[in-house]
Amino acid sequence: MITRFSHTTIWVLDQDEALEFFTEKLGFEVNTDATMDDFRWLTVSPRNRPDHELILLVPGPPMMDEEAAEQVKALVAKGALGPGAFETDDCRRTYAELSQRGVNFLSEPTERFYGIEATFRDNSGNWFSMTERSQEYATPTG
Amino acid sequence: MSDAIPVYIHLLRAKDLIDREYARELDVPALARVAHASTAHFSRSFKRAFGETPHRYLLRRRIERAKELLRGTELSVSEVSLEVGCHSVGSFSTGFRELVGEPPSEYGRRWRATRPPPIPACFTLMYTRPRASSSSREAGRRGSG
Repeated sequence: MITRFSHTTIWVLDQDEALEFFTEKLGFEVNTDATMDDFRWLTVSPRNRPDHELILLVPGPPMMDEEAAEQVKALVAKGALGPGAFETDDCRRTYAELSQRGVNFLSEPTERFYGIEATFRDNSGNWFSMTERSQEYATPTG
Repeated sequence: MSDAIPVYIHLLRAKDLIDREYARELDVPALARVAHASTAHFSRSFKRAFGETPHRYLLRRRIERAKELLRGTELSVSEVSLEVGCHSVGSFSTGFRELVGEPPSEYGRRWRATRPPPIPACFTLMYTRPRASSSSREAGRRGSG
């Protein structure tokens, strides 16, 4: 059986700028930064959670042809893609901290049936949720 | 755009077949059958969808797999050539040099002297197929279809 999700690809417009955003604004840690020929494998994780890696990748060949890469970059830049949701232990406090660091929030912390949620964009245009889950909806294994 | 999606689904089947069975003797007519298209139509639409002809895609896949073997095993250049489905070592070496920019023996020597970088194999498969200026001739016609 499949046990969990370990890696997620986040399409970004520039790896250095994305790295700066995820480490300096969000406080993530670099998991691996390795280059082979002209491919740079760059992954980050939330602090103390190296078991789920976000792969910061620029769309391009050879995975995609140039035309597809341009289309994906355009979708990212237009804000059409939302790769997923993060959890936080304290949505309001994290919102305050990240806002102060210049993170672009689309919605302030708001009570939802599953917890307190705020949404933000990374510096490429990707949309993320940041949720402090209510006890009822807490993940079983954290 | 929506008309293109059923075509992409068939074309992707052929592309995945190349990625999976590059070591076999694959030819374009066989790939076209997988994509439910005539050979000529298949080559044209493959190139329109993925930016290069199926023949070129297969060659780059083989060279990419060869790079992986040269980095991670002790196989000789002729063994690597056979392993990735190239039965002529001469044309393998020529194609390798053209796409990678150095001979396979040199590439292997360089990488075997260091430890391979900690990049998962599934990603090197999808992201390190060589791209070289030799494809610019193909790319020149892009967008005309």
